[in-house]
Amino acid sequence: MQHRSLTKILARSLALVIWMLATTAGAEESLPVEKAIVTAPPNVPPPITRTTPARVVVELEVIEKPGMIADGVEYTFWTFGGTVPGGFIRVRVGDTVELHLANHPDNKLPHNIDLHAVTGPGGGAASTFTAPGHKSRFTFKALNPGLYIYHCATAPVGMHVANGMYGLIYVQSEKPLPPVDHEFYVVQGDFYTDQPFGVKGHQAFSMQRAIDEHPSYVVFNGSALSMVGDQALQAKVGDRIRIFVGNGGPNLVSSFHVIGEIFDTVYFEGGQKTQNDVQTTLIPAGGSAIVEFKLDTNGTYLLVDHSLLRTFNKGALAMLKAEGEQVAAIYSGKELDEMYLGDEAVASALRKKHPTPLAAKTAGAGAPDGRTLFANNCAMCHQAEGQGLEGVFPPLAKADYLMARATADDRSELVDIILNGKTGRITVNGNDYNAVMTPVSGLSDADIAAVLNFVTTSWGNTGARPFTTEEVAQGRAKIGSKAGAATP
Amino acid sequence: MTGAAAWAPALLLLAGAAGAALPGSTAAAAGGAAVVRIPAGDFAPLFGLDKGQESFPVASFWLDRRPVTRALYAAFTAAHPEWRHDAVNGLYADAQYLKNWDGDRPHAGQEDYPVTYVSWFAATAYCRAQGGRLPSTLEWEYVAAASRTQPDATGDRAFVAGILDWYARPSRGDLGLAPVGGDPNFFGIENLHGSVWEWTSDFNSSFITADNRADGDRSRDFFCGNGVTGAARRDDYAAFIRYAMRSSLGATFTLGNVGFRCAYDRAPAAYERGTS
Repeated sequence: MQHRSLTKILARSLALVIWMLATTAGAEESLPVEKAIVTAPPNVPPPITRTTPARVVVELEVIEKPGMIADGVEYTFWTFGGTVPGGFIRVRVGDTVELHLANHPDNKLPHNIDLHAVTGPGGGAASTFTAPGHKSRFTFKALNPGLYIYHCATAPVGMHVANGMYGLIYVQSEKPLPPVDHEFYVVQGDFYTDQPFGVKGHQAFSMQRAIDEHPSYVVFNGSALSMVGDQALQAKVGDRIRIFVGNGGPNLVSSFHVIGEIFDTVYFEGGQKTQNDVQTTLIPAGGSAIVEFKLDTNGTYLLVDHSLLRTFNKGALAMLKAEGEQVAAIYSGKELDEMYLGDEAVASALRKKHPTPLAAKTAGAGAPDGRTLFANNCAMCHQAEGQGLEGVFPPLAKADYLMARATADDRSELVDIILNGKTGRITVNGNDYNAVMTPVSGLSDADIAAVLNFVTTSWGNTGARPFTTEEVAQGRAKIGSKAGAATP
Repeated sequence: MTGAAAWAPALLLLAGAAGAALPGSTAAAAGGAAVVRIPAGDFAPLFGLDKGQESFPVASFWLDRRPVTRALYAAFTAAHPEWRHDAVNGLYADAQYLKNWDGDRPHAGQEDYPVTYVSWFAATAYCRAQGGRLPSTLEWEYVAAASRTQPDATGDRAFVAGILDWYARPSRGDLGLAPVGGDPNFFGIENLHGSVWEWTSDFNSSFITADNRADGDRSRDFFCGNGVTGAARRDDYAAFIRYAMRSSLGATFTLGNVGFRCAYDRAPAAYERGTS
């Protein structure tokens, strides 16, 4: 009796299993099939609008190819789809993803893919291990929503990743993210070359630097040039921005920051939880984050790794340009720029009481000393070597603005600038300056000639005729100095 | 390699071979012999050593100085028509077999290129027809570890970096190839690096030991963390890449960047013929 009922239970269980298998298979077969739109960086495929699962076919091709990691610096990248990072994949939670990996016949090496969005051993690595000139396929169900890194996992895995083999797959949750005006795709990576940053020509991978975790390049989207100048990300004032940010590594953790913006929302670690009002978000190697912000005023916003030496010395810089009007209520631009003398204030006051140039006195000899005059009157702003301060005080050293006027027929404008100061926007060596230069008082014509001779013959400046006291006097007469004549 | 002492007999053997190669001997002929005697020695491959084991002994064998050329392979298919491109059994080679030939012949000018688009079965049949066999992975790695001046240069960073730089660049099919021949290494063997990948007799066995029961806990997966467990030298990326490459292959695969050379247990007829 007991034996019979056991048999019965077994038979029923078997029937149930068969029914379940049949229905599962039926459900899989009935899924609508669609081909995924896979986009190259910095583009993101459009949001998925369907509300039910599909069978999504994703095709990736591994391509080994040389590219530019920085200006004039070539590196052989190993890529998913010909770009670093590889193509952006977008699916929806519950989708069944059929992943095809092709390894181009011109490639030298076997490759595979481990997607962090996969539940299952190796994330697909073993199932997609593919020799050059071959292709493979595996299928997984996207069980967890979120933003995931994918990468090659072939030994030596660190080298495959260090050569650019990573990208992002976004598994959209059932409740999609709110619409925005622009979605961008940015992935940071560290690179290891034999030669230091910026050495031109083809650069080979350095195994030792990689093992030591001493990158020579840290860049967004595979190149220091990927999103600067004409390649900058473009948007308009008022736009809402969403950036899907990944960190391919292989070694470094990113302190992702956008200069001049505050992230309104961060889906930290690429998950479902959010944090608001974030300045810098940490992105681990092999991890991600989704950041959102609104462009409230115009300008160029810089995407950086706030481990700043990577930005300034290793290439971790990208640009987002917001076209449109400046919104002064939010950001005024520079409202004030005037001299702050600090400890120099006392000396300056003394100088005004004793109009005879200090330099002329201290120089001892009768002829004024241009170098000393410059040090006492000009170097506070234009700096000791005439190099200026970028964006604040224009340079005099090798300055096109200065030397164009110093080599003109009529050079009275330079006398005018010294005597009356200068206000308004000027461009020097391609950089814009919009500051106020205050008049320099207390200089004789001989002093002005001496200081002009000094600045037009120093720091590599050449080509100007010598200034004479007579020329300065004529210039002063011509412009009608508002500062008044100096005491002779 | 366990040390200089282990090398003394090997060097003597090499010297012996050179001594025997006096006037008239093929080994001293211009351009060198087609086949070179490799002295016995000890070698620590990247994979396969047991815990506490420092090396495997490698018996002396003979090895083709250069990869098998297309001209040599054409002579083989002429003599063994079952290996012609249009007659080969699909069980032994995939559809790309010899696809970069002009019918039965290599393209003009490519006769001395290494043969590619050949399967493991085809390579094995070729070597058997020469009275030889494919080298084992251990033998291949043992010889390929030699730089020009060192029998085992696996610890020489510059040597490994040079190999790695070649691995890092795409193959580009025949565009990336040239006629065989190049700088001989310590053993007098050429083109082990910088030309084509080469079939070995046990190309896909890097995680299988002689005793299958011991394999239970070993992963054949060559990925991520699994790749380094059991590796003898975790910083020998060049060797990792070779083992990964071999593991990605199937015996019927034919690739544009995989060729082969033959090994022999005793002095082959080819040795007596002299240069290739």
